[in-house]
Amino acid sequence: MATGILGKKLGMTHLFVDGKLVPATVIEAGPCPILQVKTVEKDGYSAIQIGFGDKKKSRINKPEAGKAAKNGKAVKQVVREVRLDDGQEVDVEKDLDVNIFADVASVDVVGVSKGRGFSGVVKRWGFGGGRASHGGDWERKPGSIGMCADPGKTIKGKKMPGQYGNKRITMRNLQVLEIDVEKSLIVVKGGVPGPKGGHVFIRSTNKLG
Amino acid sequence: MIMNKLEQYKKEKQTYDAPSFCIGDTVDVSLKITEGNKERIQVFTGTVIALNAAKTNGSFTVRHLHQGQGVEKVFPLGSESIQKIEVKRRGDVRRAKLYYLRDRQGKAVRVREKI
Repeated sequence: MATGILGKKLGMTHLFVDGKLVPATVIEAGPCPILQVKTVEKDGYSAIQIGFGDKKKSRINKPEAGKAAKNGKAVKQVVREVRLDDGQEVDVEKDLDVNIFADVASVDVVGVSKGRGFSGVVKRWGFGGGRASHGGDWERKPGSIGMCADPGKTIKGKKMPGQYGNKRITMRNLQVLEIDVEKSLIVVKGGVPGPKGGHVFIRSTNKLG
Repeated sequence: MIMNKLEQYKKEKQTYDAPSFCIGDTVDVSLKITEGNKERIQVFTGTVIALNAAKTNGSFTVRHLHQGQGVEKVFPLGSESIQKIEVKRRGDVRRAKLYYLRDRQGKAVRVREKI
């Protein structure tokens, strides 16, 4: 069985699970057609290419159209490769749906986090900042970034301002609360990266414990 | 489009009907409390100062004065811990949120009764 599926984050809600209120994210995932199969003989490794979401006709370029004509499948908005174990068989005609997670307790969700642009240390790293009154003069500044002549340099990895968000983030080991095959919905516990409507990739978790 | 599917899902999951109490009512909320493997019922009495029932995943806030000290509890509507909500007294109020009660003490905390 293939281990991943593409989807779209619908948003968050909360649910009662065993009498307790838990936060949950609803993701519309699949069905994902298999667009291409890569084999060890031909490509050196074993994988499948899956797609998700319809693409506007005016946005389709010629290579995409050619490939679609060849494999007889619609052009998809998002295409992603999922590695398979060598020798693992897949049914190309059958689309992947959320049912692949039917007996999976927890999943990893990969997405691109909300972009916050070039952010200062208070927003990006949670620095306290300085005092606003009494002549504070450094309300949101980073402060000192190192010592003196010894070591004579700023240590690597020092938390500084910079690009925050818009980065690929993997949330690991999210508990699967519910699966609705008919509506292609998967509900996981907690949050997943990205805005509502953002594309995510879901795979069964490889994190132990 | 995106919101619709989420709202639809929330609607399906909604476990409660429109509440029988209103803002300003004095209510007895019977809560199931689990301690170890024992269960008991605790009653929290107070004035409903906020009620978000229009949307799915609604909640309500009950304010109680304990020895002059205000205590507020926010309950999610449809919670399985709530065994019973009993309206003791109907309140006659002109506001949707009674947050002004937080600034008051003694006799000023009273809410007029609806007759």
